[in-house]
Amino acid sequence: MVTLADEGLMIPDAPTQPGGLESALRAGRDAGRKLLVPYVTGGLGTDWAEIVRAVADAGADAIEIGVPFSDPVMDGPVIQEASELALRAGATPVTIFDELRTIDAGVPIAVMTYYNLAFHMGHERFAESLAAAGVSAAILPDLPLEEVGPWATAADAAGVETVLLAAPTAPDERLPLVCARARGFVYAVGLLGVTGERDALASSSLVIARRLKAITDKPVLVGVGVSNAAQAVEICAEADGVVIGSALMRRVLEGVGPTGAGEFIAEVRTALDANF
Amino acid sequence: MALAEPSSSGRFGEFGGRYVPETLVPACLELERAFRSAWGDPSFRNELDGLLADYAGRPSPLTECHRLSEELGVRVLLKREDLNHTGSHKINNVLGQALLAKRMGKSRLVAETGAGQHGVASATAAALMGMECMVYMGEVDIQRQALNVFRMKLLGAEVVPALSGSRTLKDAVNEAMRDWVATVETTHYCLGSVMGPHPYPWMVREFHTVIGLEAREQCEKLLDGAVPDIVTACVGGGSNAIGIFSGFADTDAELVGVEPAGGAAVGRGVPGVVHGMKSYLMQDEFGQVQEAHSISAGLDYPGVGPEHSFLSSIGRARYEAVTDEQVIDAFQLLSRTEGIIPALEPAHALAWISRDREKLAGKTVLLNMSGRGDKDVGQMMEILG
Repeated sequence: MVTLADEGLMIPDAPTQPGGLESALRAGRDAGRKLLVPYVTGGLGTDWAEIVRAVADAGADAIEIGVPFSDPVMDGPVIQEASELALRAGATPVTIFDELRTIDAGVPIAVMTYYNLAFHMGHERFAESLAAAGVSAAILPDLPLEEVGPWATAADAAGVETVLLAAPTAPDERLPLVCARARGFVYAVGLLGVTGERDALASSSLVIARRLKAITDKPVLVGVGVSNAAQAVEICAEADGVVIGSALMRRVLEGVGPTGAGEFIAEVRTALDANF
Repeated sequence: MALAEPSSSGRFGEFGGRYVPETLVPACLELERAFRSAWGDPSFRNELDGLLADYAGRPSPLTECHRLSEELGVRVLLKREDLNHTGSHKINNVLGQALLAKRMGKSRLVAETGAGQHGVASATAAALMGMECMVYMGEVDIQRQALNVFRMKLLGAEVVPALSGSRTLKDAVNEAMRDWVATVETTHYCLGSVMGPHPYPWMVREFHTVIGLEAREQCEKLLDGAVPDIVTACVGGGSNAIGIFSGFADTDAELVGVEPAGGAAVGRGVPGVVHGMKSYLMQDEFGQVQEAHSISAGLDYPGVGPEHSFLSSIGRARYEAVTDEQVIDAFQLLSRTEGIIPALEPAHALAWISRDREKLAGKTVLLNMSGRGDKDVGQMMEILG
């Protein structure tokens, strides 16, 4: 048990046994593979479930499913647009969980959303809904270490791994605390800024990946600003893998469909496999 | 001090906290340390007090409304924050934050604005202190507050439209936070109300306590040592209300916040988490934040500062809601009876007094006149024909 600041902030120790997501990612890494986790906005269009299957077939090691929220402060224009369209089409946590239950992607699923949806439904109910939908993990980017306690307690009990983000702004003494509590993987934020494609890989990506790899043996995946196969290869010199969101969702919004989405992820997969 | 400091995790009871992306946590911690140190530093306080007096024009007067009081049967006193430089109470907070930002070595301010009053105040402070300033404003608000947009530009600020969601204050906050996530090393987020992650709700309150402290002294002089029966103010995020409440929280005065009917977070919301805080929030059955609807751009916000949620939950303050029509009437009433054109925001508090005047008969009510109505004249001209 770690206590930060005051009585309101008890943070339970993470269970020592890795969950389904972490086990799968560790197995992939142990097999010498760089890890690839695409992000797909849940409830966007009628074919989002097929897109999930397509990116799984194209070589994803796990898939992040975005559950759209009205105020996504960590997201740039592409994910914002995808979220807004999905919400307008009637997507809710319940409809997305229902559909997830029917998708047999063959790789672990992590849900990425904002904390209010979990808080509003109730921590236990939200965590149990995730577990019932076959979801391994949750990523809540507006729930930092200090505030994670009540949610993590419920998630741990339901067998849902809570992925934590580690940012370039974190001082050295903070990163071990984040790594100790992170489950599934450690989500290294590649740059100062919100999600979205960038022309070049930020040097901060390499720095944060290196800092994390030096202190944890949990899988370290870099996300935010990883825009194409070349950048994925570049960052994987330091990191165990990458999360690719906006670059995929831009293509989906442009209408590439499941086939195009699968082709893009296959391209990244091929580049990673060719270089490592 | 009557209103307590939040807990070390930034909570007022169960409300508040610091629900921000990991990237911003160190900045929030740094800001808290810097504010604590500055607020306890006499040289910082002297510099701020000097600016409030010589630049902003404090103390602001207390005006007794004789003709209005006669018409309503309620004795109404106005704390005249509308007479501050830039025309609202917002200047108290931005001078404090801009001084603090400079002390922290930040060269750039970002701000969100609804009606434009906080944006104008931020642009003003940035001009005064030679800082760069970028103001995010909902596209809808840019249209209905064109005068303030032009003022900000004159003052050297860049005004960026928020194009997502409802394109009002809520979305301007989202955009300002996204900017801050990307620029946190050089930029201070000059948040305009008692909301957001800790330490903002507390810090912004402290910068506005000057309103309540002055008003308490002025009321005691006018009322022979007594305090008003009721202290009232409009509530969007709730900064002007907290400012005036802070002077009377330890008295018997009843504290009444007035929300717009279309943005009544305390009245109609349930606890939720957005913009870095846990507080009452208007949301749908799944926790999606709802869009507020108010004639007043400054109150067009689905949430409320966490300390208001706390004061409501313990029964120390209560919150009323008024309709746009009642506000339009109050706007005209004060103009006609007292020669004071109020901003649409404080016109909400007057609308409540006017609506409930029978219940309030014979009482003395102190109203925080948080801003002047110049910015709203164009909008009212269209509404009233």
